[in-house]
Amino acid sequence: MAMLEIRDLCVNYGMIKALKGISFDVNEGEVIALIGANGAGKTTTLHTITGILSAKSGSVKFEGKELTKTPAHKIVRMGMAHVPEGRRIFQQLTVLDNLKLGAFTRNDAAGIAEDMEKIYGRFPRLAERKTQIAGTLSGGEQQMLAMGRALMSRPKLIVMDEPSMGLSPILVSEIFDIITSIRKDGTTVLLVEQNAKKALSIADRAYVLETGNITLSGKASDLINDEKVRKAYLGE
Amino acid sequence: MGFLDNLINGISLGSIYAVIALGYTLVYGIAKMLNFAHGDVIMVGGYLIFTCATTWGLNPYLSLVIAMAGCTVLGILIEKIAYKPLRQATSLSVLITAIGVSYFLQNIALLIFGANPVTFTSIVNLPKISLFDGQIIIKSETTAAIVVSVLIVVGLSLFVGKTKSGRAMLAVSEDKDAAQLMGVNVNRTISLTFAIGSGLAAVAGGLLCSAYPVLSNTTGAMPGIKAFVAAVFGGIGSIPGAMIGGILIGVIEILGRAYISPQLADAIVFAVLIIVLMVKPTGILGKKISEKV
Ligand SMILES: Nc1ncnc2c1ncn2[C@@H]1O[C@H](COP(=O)(O)OP(=O)(O)OP(=O)(O)O)[C@@H](O)[C@H]1O
Ligand SMILES: [Mg+2]
Repeated sequence: MAMLEIRDLCVNYGMIKALKGISFDVNEGEVIALIGANGAGKTTTLHTITGILSAKSGSVKFEGKELTKTPAHKIVRMGMAHVPEGRRIFQQLTVLDNLKLGAFTRNDAAGIAEDMEKIYGRFPRLAERKTQIAGTLSGGEQQMLAMGRALMSRPKLIVMDEPSMGLSPILVSEIFDIITSIRKDGTTVLLVEQNAKKALSIADRAYVLETGNITLSGKASDLINDEKVRKAYLGE
Repeated sequence: MGFLDNLINGISLGSIYAVIALGYTLVYGIAKMLNFAHGDVIMVGGYLIFTCATTWGLNPYLSLVIAMAGCTVLGILIEKIAYKPLRQATSLSVLITAIGVSYFLQNIALLIFGANPVTFTSIVNLPKISLFDGQIIIKSETTAAIVVSVLIVVGLSLFVGKTKSGRAMLAVSEDKDAAQLMGVNVNRTISLTFAIGSGLAAVAGGLLCSAYPVLSNTTGAMPGIKAFVAAVFGGIGSIPGAMIGGILIGVIEILGRAYISPQLADAIVFAVLIIVLMVKPTGILGKKISEKV
């Protein structure tokens, strides 16, 4: 059984059909890339998985439990964290308060302190800026904070929505290195990206989403050489 | 009445406005709505204290605690029944509903307690303070209003800044969806906000009626509006802003009444608000409303 199982998932915005019955799996320990053009439905997929949006039909199962009727705030407790599109950090709060909010579901003070140190180790720039108001961080720092905040819940599965968006090439590489190291620590990753090349280079498997349908799937190393993928998403 | 007397009275009235303004500011900051029924919850608090203390002869402080509990429950119910179904509605629909709730509470009170105002017996039982050989006497109600409002502002700031529930309130205030992704129960957080605001309204009702002992079904309306002005004045959404705004409005009102014109005092309050908003649209301590990405 896969860790995350999506079956025939349909999601509408009013009359607009954003997802038209998609199915895919994420196995424990994998990095899965979900790629697709603007408006394909990537963000909609992630929002439905973590409970921000509700499905019209179909199912989302996490470790065997149905999530489509579960409210977002309970899904976090089951071990899933979401790094949202556009980061969505709490701009008016400090870096430290953002990280504390990431650990909102936990009550183990010692474990929280330990994870906080780990995150400061992984993102030294956040450590230097603990007491800074998050809205004044640079774009790259905000992305690191959004990732650190998600990790503070000690998730089994972390879903990320375009973590490289709007960052300089050096920072993009840094973010992808971090994703690889998150996976090494045993956290499963579902990664939505516009930067298909980078995403395919670190993923195990990938799915291609086109206007609400999954049109291609397979091993990332195969897709990266696929004629259609190269044309449509790798700009070749 | 010397200037100092007037100033002290203004600060005292302003402290009561501040406690009411906190209710407006909390609910606006977190639920993003103007709860125009807030003033009427004060009136309900007043009647609850009156019924317990005067009609039933209970201890005044116990009566206050009962009124706080009653208003807390009322606030939670108002939110659940009237506002929660409108979470996705336009702010105009919510505003109209809030005005409806306001009239509903006023008319229920009219039905139960009748149209004749009742005389409220002060629940404050402290010694008077006499200064300058008795030239200035500070009434116990005045002292109580100032002390209680300061305690509330300090307590509330600590609660919001230092506790987990407080941090959840700040998160919901900034971004509901992101707060949910942290595991924050948004509905419960909004409920908590209404509970706190309404519990404070009962305290404000006790202070207001003790200082101005005439209680009727419209007692909460005007102080409610002025406290709303105070909240906007101080910067809506800001806890210290509510305190500063409340005290300024109280002082302006009392000084305006004493030195300019008793009839124009309320008009002066609103005129000052308009001027402040022209100079600084977000109020004295208001933050810029951050743009959503
Ligand atoms: N709140 C909304 N109301 C109506 N339609 C929406 C809403 N959000 C998204 N859509 C529509 O649903 C479709 C899928 O949008 P979605 O945001 O999931 O795309 P995406 O793949 O994440 O795109 P991008 O790469 O630009 O982030 C689009 O056609 C979009 O216009
Ligand atoms: Mg998107």
